[in-house]
Amino acid sequence: MPDTRPDATAPSGSPLLALEGVTVRFGGIMALSEVGLDVGPGRVLGVIGPNGAGKTTLFNVACGFQRPDEGTITWKGERLDRLRPHDLAGLGIARTLQGLGLFERMTVLDNVTVGADRHGRAGFWSGLLALPRSAREEAALRERAMAALEELGIAHTAPRYPASLPYAVRKKVALARALVAEPELVLLDEPASGLSGEEMDELAGLVRGLTSRMAVMLVEHHMDLVMTVCDDIAVLDFGRLIARGSPDVVREDPAVVAAYLGDDVGQEA
Amino acid sequence: MAERTLALPDRLRRVTDDTLGRHLLAGLVGAVVVVLLLSFLGGFRVSQLASFSYLAIAAAGLTVLTGLNGQLSLGHGAFMAIGAYTTAVLQRTELGLPLVVVLVAAVLVAGAVGVVVGLAAARLHGPYIAGATLALAIAVPGLAIFWRDLLGGEQGLTVPLPDVPAWFADAVFFLTATDPSSSRYVAYLAGLALVAVLVLLANVARSRTGRRWQAVRDDEVAAQLAGIDLGRARVLAFVVSAACAGLAGGFMAFVVRLTAPSGFTLTLSLTLLTAIVLGGLGSLTGALIGAGLLTFLPQVVTSVGGDVGLSDVQSAELAPLVYGLVMVLVILLAPGGLVGTIRLKRAERAARRAAAAGATASTGAPTSADERTRAASGTGATTGPEDPQHDAPPSTERKRSS
Repeated sequence: MPDTRPDATAPSGSPLLALEGVTVRFGGIMALSEVGLDVGPGRVLGVIGPNGAGKTTLFNVACGFQRPDEGTITWKGERLDRLRPHDLAGLGIARTLQGLGLFERMTVLDNVTVGADRHGRAGFWSGLLALPRSAREEAALRERAMAALEELGIAHTAPRYPASLPYAVRKKVALARALVAEPELVLLDEPASGLSGEEMDELAGLVRGLTSRMAVMLVEHHMDLVMTVCDDIAVLDFGRLIARGSPDVVREDPAVVAAYLGDDVGQEA
Repeated sequence: MAERTLALPDRLRRVTDDTLGRHLLAGLVGAVVVVLLLSFLGGFRVSQLASFSYLAIAAAGLTVLTGLNGQLSLGHGAFMAIGAYTTAVLQRTELGLPLVVVLVAAVLVAGAVGVVVGLAAARLHGPYIAGATLALAIAVPGLAIFWRDLLGGEQGLTVPLPDVPAWFADAVFFLTATDPSSSRYVAYLAGLALVAVLVLLANVARSRTGRRWQAVRDDEVAAQLAGIDLGRARVLAFVVSAACAGLAGGFMAFVVRLTAPSGFTLTLSLTLLTAIVLGGLGSLTGALIGAGLLTFLPQVVTSVGGDVGLSDVQSAELAPLVYGLVMVLVILLAPGGLVGTIRLKRAERAARRAAAAGATASTGAPTSADERTRAASGTGATTGPEDPQHDAPPSTERKRSS
């Protein structure tokens, strides 16, 4: 596949996250059926498909929220069979949530500082006694959080509570909370939903800008955005991977056209 | 905060800028207040202050658990019972253990039980935690009847008063020219322990640990994705809270001088909960205010009842009625509790000013208008140990990063 961007963190061709033969059943329903895909450093992988195609299940499997019935997940070549959701951040994987999942009773700054938690070491006792070590670390974490907010242009919201902010800003807060962890891979769950056209253009620029620092995997309904920002696209339909390739390849794929794109291009599926 | 103290000398400002400094300063002021109050008040007031102290210690621990971590415990009276019985049993031995050792033991035993209950609670949600802790509140006093020989059954255990150490007697004599009683000694220790507990809990609330607790409370999935182990965070919060209740129980044993099942009915647990709801969930100041209301309101109400010509029985019945009314009024008019509501008003005002200033100030480098906004939003946590939950974030962080 053509790739003009430099692979900064790993030799090209070695994927960060790879799923092989992943199958998930809910009772008799096949949510995912032998799905295999991978995403490498500096690349943007889009996962598309109609509602119920298994996109969110795929994310949940990648995050350890859902154990696959069959198949393997590897991170930099190591199997993640016993992965628990809170181990993910430590590995260098961050994720945004469809429902944002902001901490509503914490300020924006605190929300984002929680995202930076994996860079902290201070334990209970040093916090209890307010040791200088703990205070220094707190300052450093808050600085990271402020920097992440500034990068997204919402530093002025730091003292506010999420509920008082417009939806697009709330989405940015959620994004800042994921990015402040400085992950090697960020999973974006419907990053464009609820955004205006203008905001979506901004998002596209932002996602492309991330590729110098991390890989991106996103689930999205908006075809325009997916076609613009993704290097690779994986198309799911009824839990099966029906196509995989560059945007151009996927656009022309007869199976994709038949299953999904046909009369739905550019709209929410 | 920083802006508010600009007029103060630089050194003091630096102290109040930093979390530990601010909490220690507040703690110091608190300790002085405790010593002054206890040195010059009469015997009845002293025992009242001692009751207030242990109630406030337990309430502070509970508000951390319920307010910061979102676990509703209806059974904190049980942990007070554990602390009290540990204290009573140890104090009745002939070992002559120092008071501090006995109290530490009460904390440790309550904390250890807290680990077990916390592990169970961490697997439960909302109303189920409440149910499980409710069962605990009812079951634990029953143990005293089950192990009658050790724990004294229905009659309970009388708690021998501790000896007053010579240095303490000397210090008090120096201040007030009187010899302190044992109960005054206990009241001093309870008051100072309350100050220490508040400082420590305020530290934790401001730390990474406190932020994790709040994240777990607000959104489990997002907290996990940030790398927070939900179970560990919950158990830790539970243990801290149980340890506070254990300490409170230890002091209660010394203040009441009798540890019996009737002292640890469900009412005690509900009283603690009432205190933190009245004051404002998650706020240490709120826990303090709530505990104060619950300690002093009954006497006030009862004496007012007597003054207006009610019989003793009638005026004694007046206190629960006033409680109930206050509780209903707070929930109706100020659901955030007293402190929560004040903070909300402040935050709203700050947001309005920020919005007004934002219209004129450009984004980017801080302008003078920005500075004014910050000063306006610099709500004061300068005067008391306080958790960060509803504070506008300190302006200092913004300054550091810009």
